[in-house]
Amino acid sequence: MKRTPKDAATGSRRLTRRTLFIGGLQASFIGVLAWRMRFLQVDQADEFRMLAEENRINIRLIPPARGEIFDRNGVAIARNEPAYRITIVREDAGDVETVLGRLSQLMKLDPEEIERAMTEMKRSAPFLPITLADRVSWEDVSRIAVNTPALPGITPEVGLSRGYPLAQDFAHVVGYVGPVSDYDLAKLEDPDQLLRIPRFQIGKVGLEAKMEEKLRGSAGARRVEVNAVGRVMRELDRREGVPGANLQLTTDYRLQNYVQARLAGESAAAVVIDCEHGDLLAVGSAPTFDPNLFVEGISGTDYRALTENKYRPLAAKAVQGIYPPGSTFKMVVALAGLEAGVIGPEDTFYCPGYLEVSNRRFHCWKRGGHGSVNLEGSLQHSCDVYYYELAMQVGIEKISEMAMKLGIGVHHDLPMSAVATGLAPTKEWKRTVRGQDWVIGDTVNSAIGQGFVLASPLQLAIMAARVATGRNVTPRIIKSIDGVEQPSGSGESLGLNPNNLRHVQQGMFEVSNNRRGTGYGARIIAEGFRMAGKSGTSQVRNISAAERAAGVTSNADLPWERRDHALWVDFAPFDNPKVAVCVVVEHGSGGSSTAAPIARDITLQALFEGDPPLDAYPAKDREAVRERQERLRALRPDVEREKKSRA
Amino acid sequence: MSYLEYAVKTTPSGFRKVLYLNWPLALLLSAVACVGFLMLYSVAGGSFTPWAEPQMKRFALGLAVMFTVGMVPIWFWRNISGLAYFISLVLLVAVELFGTIGMGAQRWIDIGPLRLQPSELMKIALVMFLAAYYDWLPARKVSNPIWVTIPVLIILVPTFLVLKQPDLGTAILLLTGGGAVMFIAGVHWAYFVAVIAGAVGLVSAVFESRGTDWQLIKDYQFRRIDTFLDPSSDPLGAGYHITQSKIALGSGGWAGRGYMQGTQSRLNFLPEKHTDFIFTTLAEEFGFLGGISLLVLYALIIMFCVSSAMTNQNRYAALLTLGITTTFFLFFAVNMSMVMGLAPVVGVPLPLVSYGGSAMVVLMLAFGLVQSAHIHKPR
Repeated sequence: MKRTPKDAATGSRRLTRRTLFIGGLQASFIGVLAWRMRFLQVDQADEFRMLAEENRINIRLIPPARGEIFDRNGVAIARNEPAYRITIVREDAGDVETVLGRLSQLMKLDPEEIERAMTEMKRSAPFLPITLADRVSWEDVSRIAVNTPALPGITPEVGLSRGYPLAQDFAHVVGYVGPVSDYDLAKLEDPDQLLRIPRFQIGKVGLEAKMEEKLRGSAGARRVEVNAVGRVMRELDRREGVPGANLQLTTDYRLQNYVQARLAGESAAAVVIDCEHGDLLAVGSAPTFDPNLFVEGISGTDYRALTENKYRPLAAKAVQGIYPPGSTFKMVVALAGLEAGVIGPEDTFYCPGYLEVSNRRFHCWKRGGHGSVNLEGSLQHSCDVYYYELAMQVGIEKISEMAMKLGIGVHHDLPMSAVATGLAPTKEWKRTVRGQDWVIGDTVNSAIGQGFVLASPLQLAIMAARVATGRNVTPRIIKSIDGVEQPSGSGESLGLNPNNLRHVQQGMFEVSNNRRGTGYGARIIAEGFRMAGKSGTSQVRNISAAERAAGVTSNADLPWERRDHALWVDFAPFDNPKVAVCVVVEHGSGGSSTAAPIARDITLQALFEGDPPLDAYPAKDREAVRERQERLRALRPDVEREKKSRA
Repeated sequence: MSYLEYAVKTTPSGFRKVLYLNWPLALLLSAVACVGFLMLYSVAGGSFTPWAEPQMKRFALGLAVMFTVGMVPIWFWRNISGLAYFISLVLLVAVELFGTIGMGAQRWIDIGPLRLQPSELMKIALVMFLAAYYDWLPARKVSNPIWVTIPVLIILVPTFLVLKQPDLGTAILLLTGGGAVMFIAGVHWAYFVAVIAGAVGLVSAVFESRGTDWQLIKDYQFRRIDTFLDPSSDPLGAGYHITQSKIALGSGGWAGRGYMQGTQSRLNFLPEKHTDFIFTTLAEEFGFLGGISLLVLYALIIMFCVSSAMTNQNRYAALLTLGITTTFFLFFAVNMSMVMGLAPVVGVPLPLVSYGGSAMVVLMLAFGLVQSAHIHKPR
């Protein structure tokens, strides 16, 4: 196209104008960018710098070592054991399939676990370790360690896990730990950050649960620098945590083992308390279970087996179980009467075999009656009518007061699960709780530890200890926390008349040592070790008039769950009480026939701190005792060997 | 004065041309490229691989291309402008048909070891062709509707093809770059007012179309716009780029955290830290002072180019220089607006600094044209 000079001139003028305009636009936009940069980098710098720090720094918890639990001799009951895990890091493994194939030749892999690990691996970052197998044996770990070059990405990791070397012996005392659950977290208002660690172990039951705060310790922390996908680049600083406190218990592992072994086969409980300090030397409940099953989470089958057992292995019967104390309650009624001045020790009541109270006939266990009995005789023969009469004169309020003084119907503050309060009933209690008036029949029933009266084996042992010493013996199970001795439970004097106390003690002595005492069959004959005891046989059912008429009174003819509970309390040695014992055998039929022999064995074990000489037993029992000692000795844990194998 | 006249009379020839090169411009370009090497070395965690070293080689090649292109007389480039445009157009169509799929978009053509991005070429070719068009068109016809429609089509055809890839960033650059050349060439104001009004209408239409079956842009493009408007709405998803990049910028503060001390980039919080978001690393490590310095370098490049164009009486040369300058300006302006949260995230690299394949070489080729225009100025 032909171009004129004029044309070119206007063109170039316009070009210059427009160029300046565009240049101006560009310059002002550069100004905007500079202003924006200033705003972000100078005005808001502090805020953004903080955000960058938040991005970069991550706090990782270091779980503290859980406090360990020892018996009074320093033998480990609950400890932290190295637990080996096999983990895989996907990015290091490369070909996961091949590596797993090789691994399965070295150790047995659970296909379900592998399935879970594979799905987890797909979801998480390639550098995160995924657990392939938990609780791996040392043999497997060493085999894998030797073959590491062929197993890229596979690492055996060691962590700490709770272990109970004495297994079932302390299951009911110490309880167990388990992986923290959502339910556990929901119960807490402000859960410790530690609990957010997956599979972190916390106390679920027993001492482990009650002493959780002390045992757990506090978390340490590492501040680490992480990148955008969470990979740890380096550690910035580290603060170690505080390990949990070690607990030493008052229990003796040997005695505890003996008690559990002796009770095996029954649904029973036994408590041995040291009369001097209130130390619980053994707290046994049978049947028992292995707490190690719970540590990593118990399997459904194992758990069902425990819950469906009619002997209730999971229940800590020694402290949780409450039973009508039966005739073991008679010391309470006797002391209440003596202290109230209603009777003297030599005052007698006449027992014709029954007592009529407001048109109801209350029977004595001995149909023919005991005739005229005084206090000591009433205990020795366990005469019911004596106590019917006495209770009616003393009144329920005084009896209840004495029961509480001796430890029945009050809460004992022990760090164990669901410690039962029992019941020492009063008129007021019946009115408020039952909405009914107290009737005289209730008092009569209470007189022989039936009716509303309820006590746990622990409480009955405490009662025996208090009767033996006249002091307010208070139970304790924790001897020391991190070496700091806990207050002793020896207690102040109960303020009972020593003369009254002596008569009751003498009555109990007669029970065991008088040829006609109810517990004579289970006596101790070693001088200086003789025991004073009291049997109890408590009904768990009402005997109907029809039954009585038909004469079905033999326990052997009844189904197990309807038989009477067998109870026994004692203290020994009589002249210098060291231990008090209570044995309850659920549905064991007769206190003196079933519970007393067990209690004698346990008492002697406690006094001799091991197997007693056979001549402590009456000659006719020795053969049976020797056989039993041999059988139970085989079950004793070998802690010496245990210690060596750990070292 | 015709080309022939001044070509023979006044332009330098032979090795004398080297003296007439726009040396300050060459130095400024090298300075900006050096900033790039520095940052690529830093984001690689203090290593020449994988980015700094290839980038240096590519810049060396770019410099060679610039000098070579600069030596060739400007009228040669004018004469092949149309050809360049049509070749680029053919390549763009070729990419549609058998390009390599990468990053969710079809942008490359593999020719042996060379990975060619025709949209990069098109940015230059379009400016060349428009400059040639307005050089040929008498000034009085410039605002004639018929003569306006032709360049509009010249712009829209490649823009449409690029948008189909889809590459929103390049499409915007083509559209505004081309528009700028038309504006500088003297097309009447009224057209631009109309286009801007139309654009506003189109934007509202795009938003109207959302979720319907005639949806005009892709979902991810909608999301980018959403996050631009409110980055905090999705801080870990689509808003992540903008939020993290603002954190990096802000945490740099006045003087920065120090070279290779930027935690945001070193710890990979920054996405695309070596390409589109490399400015954030610079800003984090060298702070406001570092950022402003780079901005000043860019501004100086623009200044030298504009002054070269304004003293150039050759219409083609002036239009070409200004067109390329504007495209270059749009490059860094869009990229910086994006990382500073002033514009939505569109894939536009920071020119000469971002690690990039053909972009660097093509850009140096464009500056070669600017050099050619400068050397062969009628004096």
